[in-house]
Amino acid sequence: MTKNNLVMELKNFSFTYAGATKPSLKKINLPIEENKITAMIGPSGCGKSTLLRSMNRIHDLYPGNSYEGKINLYRADGSKQNILDLKKENDFIRLRQEVGMIFQKPTPFPMSIFDNVAYGLRLAGIKNRSELEGRVEKALKGAAIWDETKERLGESALGMSGGQQQRLCIARAVALKPRVLLFDEPTSALDPISTGAIEELIAEIKSEVSVVIVTHNMQQASRLSDYTAFMYLGDLAEFDKTEKIFLNPKEKLTEDYITGRFG
Amino acid sequence: MNRLILNKIILLLSTLSAVIGIGFLFWILATLSYKGITSIHWATFTKDLVDGGIRNLLVGQFTMALMATFVAVPVGMMAGIYLREYGHGSKLASIIRNLSDVMMSAPSIVIGVFVYALLVDPFGSYNGWAGAVALAIMMIPIIISTTDNMLALVPTELREAGMALGGSKHKIILQIVVRAAKVGITTGILLSFARIIGETAPLLFTSANNQFFTMDLGDQFPSLTVSIYNLATYPDEASRELAWAASFILTMIVLTINLLGRFVIRNKK
Amino acid sequence: MGGKLFRNFSFFSATLSFFILVGIFAILFHYAQESMHTFGFDFLWTEQWEPGEDDEGGIFGGYIPIVGTLLSTIIAMVIATPLAMGIAIFLTEIASVTVAKPVSIAIELLAAIPSIIYGMWGLFYFAPVVQSIFGGNGVGLLTAGIVLAIMIVPFMAAITRDSMNTTPSVLKESAYAMGATKFEVIKDVIMPYSKGGIIGSIILALGRALGETMAVAFLIGSVMHTVGKVTDPTTSIPVLLANNFAEAEDLEMSSMYFLALILFVVSFIIISSAKFYFLGRKVK
Repeated sequence: MTKNNLVMELKNFSFTYAGATKPSLKKINLPIEENKITAMIGPSGCGKSTLLRSMNRIHDLYPGNSYEGKINLYRADGSKQNILDLKKENDFIRLRQEVGMIFQKPTPFPMSIFDNVAYGLRLAGIKNRSELEGRVEKALKGAAIWDETKERLGESALGMSGGQQQRLCIARAVALKPRVLLFDEPTSALDPISTGAIEELIAEIKSEVSVVIVTHNMQQASRLSDYTAFMYLGDLAEFDKTEKIFLNPKEKLTEDYITGRFG
Repeated sequence: MNRLILNKIILLLSTLSAVIGIGFLFWILATLSYKGITSIHWATFTKDLVDGGIRNLLVGQFTMALMATFVAVPVGMMAGIYLREYGHGSKLASIIRNLSDVMMSAPSIVIGVFVYALLVDPFGSYNGWAGAVALAIMMIPIIISTTDNMLALVPTELREAGMALGGSKHKIILQIVVRAAKVGITTGILLSFARIIGETAPLLFTSANNQFFTMDLGDQFPSLTVSIYNLATYPDEASRELAWAASFILTMIVLTINLLGRFVIRNKK
Repeated sequence: MGGKLFRNFSFFSATLSFFILVGIFAILFHYAQESMHTFGFDFLWTEQWEPGEDDEGGIFGGYIPIVGTLLSTIIAMVIATPLAMGIAIFLTEIASVTVAKPVSIAIELLAAIPSIIYGMWGLFYFAPVVQSIFGGNGVGLLTAGIVLAIMIVPFMAAITRDSMNTTPSVLKESAYAMGATKFEVIKDVIMPYSKGGIIGSIILALGRALGETMAVAFLIGSVMHTVGKVTDPTTSIPVLLANNFAEAEDLEMSSMYFLALILFVVSFIIISSAKFYFLGRKVK
C-alpha cells in the first residue's frame, strides 16, 4: 500500500471517554484506502463504534473525551491534515462535510424529502434553486430511491418506510460529495429486504466515496468489504484484506470470533 | 450573515436568558430574605394578626390546605386509578383526562367565584369550609394527573403477574400497582400541597380572613396569603413589615416542601 | 364485593372533575343572566362601569378589564417567549450537566414561588425601576406585564426544555455530521421535532397569564381607566374580581359573574386547544 491511495490513516490512536480512567481504544494503527470498503467487526463493546465516531470527531459534541496519536485525512488536492488538531468550529464543520456519517437507525429530519437531501447543501452555502434541484435529484438517483420519491419530494420524510429513510439518509450524505462515509451498523434496524438494498447501494457508491462500515453481521462484512478490521477489547486485533481475514486469519482470536466460538 | 457568527450570537443570547432568569430568582429571594428576616420577631410567631403576629394565619392556612389535601388526595387518586386501571383506552376516560387537565389550568379566581356562589352566598358569611373546598378543587386535578402518569409507568407485567397469582383486580391495584408508584405519587402530593398552600385568589372571597385565632370553620377563617395582600397595601410601616415577614415565611415553606418532594424522588433513584 | 365498591368509588371520583367543570360553567352562566339580558353583547364594548343611584341599575361594561387582561397578557408573552426559549436552549444544548442541573432546579423553584410574592416584590422593588426607566407612576400595564412575564418564564422554559429533550440524540448527531452549527441543529432539527410541545407550552403559559390574579393585582393599578400609554394604570378581569367582587351587589355582581364567565370560557378554549392540538396526550 502506498500513501497516495490512502484517504485516512490512524496512527497510534488512543481514545478515552470523559471520566474514564482507562482508554477505550489503545494505540490503533489503521489505514483506510480510497474508494474501498473497510469493515470493522468485533464483539459488542470492543470499541468499533467508538473508533468510527472518532473519525469525524462527533465525540466532540460531548465534552471531556480525550484523544492521543493521529488521524490523518488525505485531501483530494494531496494535502494531509491530522484531524485531531482541529479546534475551531469552522474546521469541524468542514471535516464533517468531508467525512459523512450514517447511523444505526434512520435519522430523517422533520422536514420534506427534498429539504432533507438539500439540507447539507444549503448549509454548505448552495442557494441556487436549480443547482439544488439538480444535486438532490442526482443524490436520490445515486441512492436508488429517485423513482420512489420523485412524485412526493414535498412530503414529510417521516412518512417513508425504514429502509427508504435509511437510503434517504445515504442520499443526504452523498449529496455533499464527502471523501469518506462512515456507516455505524446501518442495517441493524432494518428487515432483510431493505438490508439487501442498502448493501447493494453501499457497494455502488464506493466508486465515488471511501466507505468505513461498522457491523455486527459477519456475512455483511464478508460480502461487502475489501478490508476488514477485527477489534477486540479496544485493540485492533487484526487487519487485512477481507478474504484473508475470513479464510485464513493470522490470529487465533479472529478465527474463533469468525467461526462463532464467541461473540 | 456569516453562519458561524449567527450561531455565536444565538448561543450568547440563550446563555444571557438563563442569566436573566437566575438573576431574577436571586433578586427576588435576596430582597425577600432581607426584608423578611429583618421583620421577623419572636412575637411574629406567638401573636395573632390582631396583635401584630401571624400565628393564627399560619394555623388557618395550614388547616384549610390540609383539609383540602384530605379530600383531594383520596378523590384524586381514585380518579387517577379509574383513568389508568379501569377506564383506560375508553372514550370516557380520555374525555375526563382532558377535562381534568383543563381544570388544572383554570383561573384560580374563577374557582373562588364558583365556590362563593356555592358555599358563601347561600350561608351569608365567608367560612373556612368554603376556603378548603376551593383549595381542594385546585388540588384534585393535579393529583389525578400525577396518579395517572405514575401508574402509567408501572410495567404491565407487574399487573399480569398479580393476575396470574389469582389476585382480584382491586387488590392488585392497591397492593401492587399503587405501591409500585408510591414514590412518584408522594412527590406529586407534596408538590401540589406546596402549590395550594401559597394560593391567594381562591381564598379572597371564600374563607376571606380573620384577625383572631379560630378553629371554627363555619366562620371567616384566618389566611396567611389573604393577609399578605391586605397588609402590603396598608400605608403603615408595621403592617408592611408583617407582610414581608409573612411572605418570607410562606416562601420558605413552599420551597422547602418543593425541595422535599424532589428529594423523595432522588432518594428512590 | 369490595372490588365493585372500589371500582364505583373510583368511577365517581373520576366523573367529579367533569361535574365541577360543568358546575362552574352553569353557576357563572346562571348568575350572569341579569347582566347578559341587560347589556347583551354591548357588554364587551362598553367602557363605563357605573353603579346607578341608590344601587339600582347602573351601566356596566367589560371593555376596560377585558382590554387590560389582553394587553397585560400580550406584553407578558412578548417578553416571556424569547426568554423561555433561550433558557430552554441553554439548558438542553449549551450548559454542561454540572451547570444545567442547578440552573434547572433554580428555574423550577422560580416557578414554585407563590404569585403573591411576585406581586409584592414587584410593587416595592420592580415598579420603581420601571418608573425610572419608562416614566409613569410605577404601577400600570407595563409593570404588570413585565412581572407577569417573569412569572410565566420558568413554567414555559420547563415545558419547552422537556419537549426539546425528547429529540433523539442520534438525530442531532446526524445533523452535526453534515456540518451544521449548534444553532442550525436547534433551528432545523430540535425545534421542528419538538414543535408541538413548544407551542403547547406557549399556549399553556398564555392561559396562565390570562387568569393570573395576585401578581397583577399589586401592579396594574386597579383603576377603571382606558389605557392611553403603556405605563398607564388600568385593571384586568381577575384583578377587578379580586378587589370588587365581594362588595358588589345586584346588577354589578351579575356583571362580575359575566366577566368571570368570559375569562373562564376563554381560558377553557385556550387550554383545550393547547391540549388537543399541540400537546397530544400520550395514551400508552
